[in-house]
Amino acid sequence: MDDVVIQTNALTKTYESGSNSVHALRGIDLTVHRGEFIAVMGTSGSGKSTLMNVLGCLDTPTSGNYLLDGVHIETLDKNQLAAIRNEKIGFVFQGFNLLARTSALENVELPLLYDRSGRKRDTKAMAIAALGRVGLGDRLNHQPSELSGGQQQRVAIARALVTEPALVLADEPTGNLDSRTSIEVMALFQALNEQGITVVLVTHEPDVAVYAKRIVEVRDGRIRRDAPVKNRHNAAEDLAAAELLPDDDLVAGPSAADAAAGGGASTEKAAAVSSGERSVA
Amino acid sequence: MKLMTLVKLALQAIRKNKMRATLTMLGIIIGVAAVIVMVAVGYGARSRIKEQINNLGTNMIVITPGASTQGGVSQGAQAFATLTIDDVTKVRAEAQYVTAISPVVVSRMQVVTPQGNWRTAINGVDTDYQTIRNWAAADGAFFGPDDVRSSRTVAVLGRTVAQRLFADNEPVGQEVQIGNVPFTIVGVLAPKGQTASGTDSDDVILVPYTTASTRLSGKPRIPQIIASAGSAQDIPAAQDEVRALVREAHHLTQNDDDDFTVKNQNELADAAASSTNVMTLLMAAIASISLLVGGIGIMNIMLVSVTERTREIGIRLAIGARGSDVLTQFLVESIVMGVIGGAIGLLTGVIGAKVLGHFTGWETAISPLIMVVSIGFSGAVGVFFGYYPARKAAALNPIEALRYE
Ligand SMILES: Nc1ncnc2c1ncn2[C@@H]1O[C@H](COP(=O)(O)OP(=O)(O)OP(=O)(O)O)[C@@H](O)[C@H]1O
Ligand SMILES: [Mg+2]
Repeated sequence: MDDVVIQTNALTKTYESGSNSVHALRGIDLTVHRGEFIAVMGTSGSGKSTLMNVLGCLDTPTSGNYLLDGVHIETLDKNQLAAIRNEKIGFVFQGFNLLARTSALENVELPLLYDRSGRKRDTKAMAIAALGRVGLGDRLNHQPSELSGGQQQRVAIARALVTEPALVLADEPTGNLDSRTSIEVMALFQALNEQGITVVLVTHEPDVAVYAKRIVEVRDGRIRRDAPVKNRHNAAEDLAAAELLPDDDLVAGPSAADAAAGGGASTEKAAAVSSGERSVA
Repeated sequence: MKLMTLVKLALQAIRKNKMRATLTMLGIIIGVAAVIVMVAVGYGARSRIKEQINNLGTNMIVITPGASTQGGVSQGAQAFATLTIDDVTKVRAEAQYVTAISPVVVSRMQVVTPQGNWRTAINGVDTDYQTIRNWAAADGAFFGPDDVRSSRTVAVLGRTVAQRLFADNEPVGQEVQIGNVPFTIVGVLAPKGQTASGTDSDDVILVPYTTASTRLSGKPRIPQIIASAGSAQDIPAAQDEVRALVREAHHLTQNDDDDFTVKNQNELADAAASSTNVMTLLMAAIASISLLVGGIGIMNIMLVSVTERTREIGIRLAIGARGSDVLTQFLVESIVMGVIGGAIGLLTGVIGAKVLGHFTGWETAISPLIMVVSIGFSGAVGVFFGYYPARKAAALNPIEALRYE
């Protein structure tokens, strides 16, 4: 049991809104081992975000047990949950959720400033290192408004990584990105996973899910399917393949070459994903 | 988070909304500036009054007619009747702690010389007057005991009168008509400057009190007797002694109240200074209302700010900030706002006081204490009015805050 990061037992979440109550989670039993890369899928309203929020200690379950990295989460108070969020979890959102008018460096440094262990660390150097890991070493002083969506998401991932968490959770991290940028972000998650970080992400898109190692499908607040990805894709290879696609069906000159490569990538990937989907089912 | 980081954060937040922050701070700025100006002017006025009263004389005791005085000013002309020369004589003869005593017989008259004429105060005094008030003749000499005893028509001019009547000429030895009586000028006093109430001390002519009561006013009314104690420590004893002797001279029985008042110099100074206190108090009230309004302004803006920045709060909570971290952040922000407002108010107040002093000629004084207090108080206003919005921010739930649009 040493390598278990997440273990939930009959986890439920019920939202009481007025007279009627919404059962968003109806008993989730999920075990995630260290080094896994899980894609959570499911239709809209199936409870994916609710599950992620509970796993991310942003929200508390109505009932059930949740063991995170050996800690019984349901017994913790608000401040202890804050500490868990700070130390053990990196959370990546669909909408990036970076602080506006704050440099990439300061955004990434932020979780370190809320550390309460009192250890003396060079938080700035750590933030620079994290930004380097996501390939943004040259964008330290850019504000979110000066970065592309993909770059913003990479800043958010750097922020999730900077505390060296046991677990990175991402709720539709590619939801606001075009397909090529999505693959770039997935390449990043794969690289991080390769380095031993456990990743759980939510996605609607089957062609994003193929980069994970295991797919968990949620329906009506329950896990309906839980299977490994058979035909797993390597995002870095997909990107490289996309670069090599010829651009002869485009009229434009050299400046449009990049756009052509992007368009090619998405078609190529769509094909790859349909096969991935079949293998999951 | 470290305090420095929090302050930096607060300054960033304030800079993002400069105009709004400035308007918010206006209440504090006005309040603190008002306090500084009022205190500066009040303090200046008080220190000037004290200085002037101390300048009146050495270890001085003042006896005025009438049972009670208010603000050091005797009330009503009818009260003048109670002091007599006999009181002076008795105190001089019997008191041990009193080293000098002189009545002050006051009248106002037109004085004429061939070069000009002037209306001024004619004070009939004894020779001790120069000792008590520490006021000697700069030219010529003060009149002597003989002049007093014989009611001679001799006069000593104050500096202002000398200038008005003789301009650049030497007054000593010349004649001056005081109410049609010719007086010989024997001396001119050293300049003494303004009195506490702002009148010119040097606008006066001193004559022997005997002459004043017989030749000038005709009525020996004495609005004031002044005396000197031997030393500063002797003042209370001298006061008691004078009181007992004058009571005796007035044949007052044990049940009678005093029909005169004995005060020392310091009491006079305090009394005169206290008249400025009412003014200061009023201004302080205005200032505190302004600070209150300023505080409510800060509270209002902080509430708006918490609502506007709900998402930011959500992000901070999501990455591990505690409620207390958010509380501190917003509290520091409102304190910084208060302190900046206080500092600007302080600066405005100091400049305002200087300008006011320059144009009115009032002396102003700003103590370092009031600076520290006003900045500290502005910070306290920030704490008090920032706490509620900050607590509201801290109580937010991370998920709801993140979902807030
Ligand atoms: N704060 C809330 N109050 C009441 N009901 C809620 C709340 N949040 C979610 N729900 C309900 O819980 C159910 C699950 O919502 P959730 O956001 O987890 O779905 P999802 O799988 O993430 O959907 P999507 O793919 O559209 O993001 C939905 O029926 C939703 O209406
Ligand atoms: Mg969702």
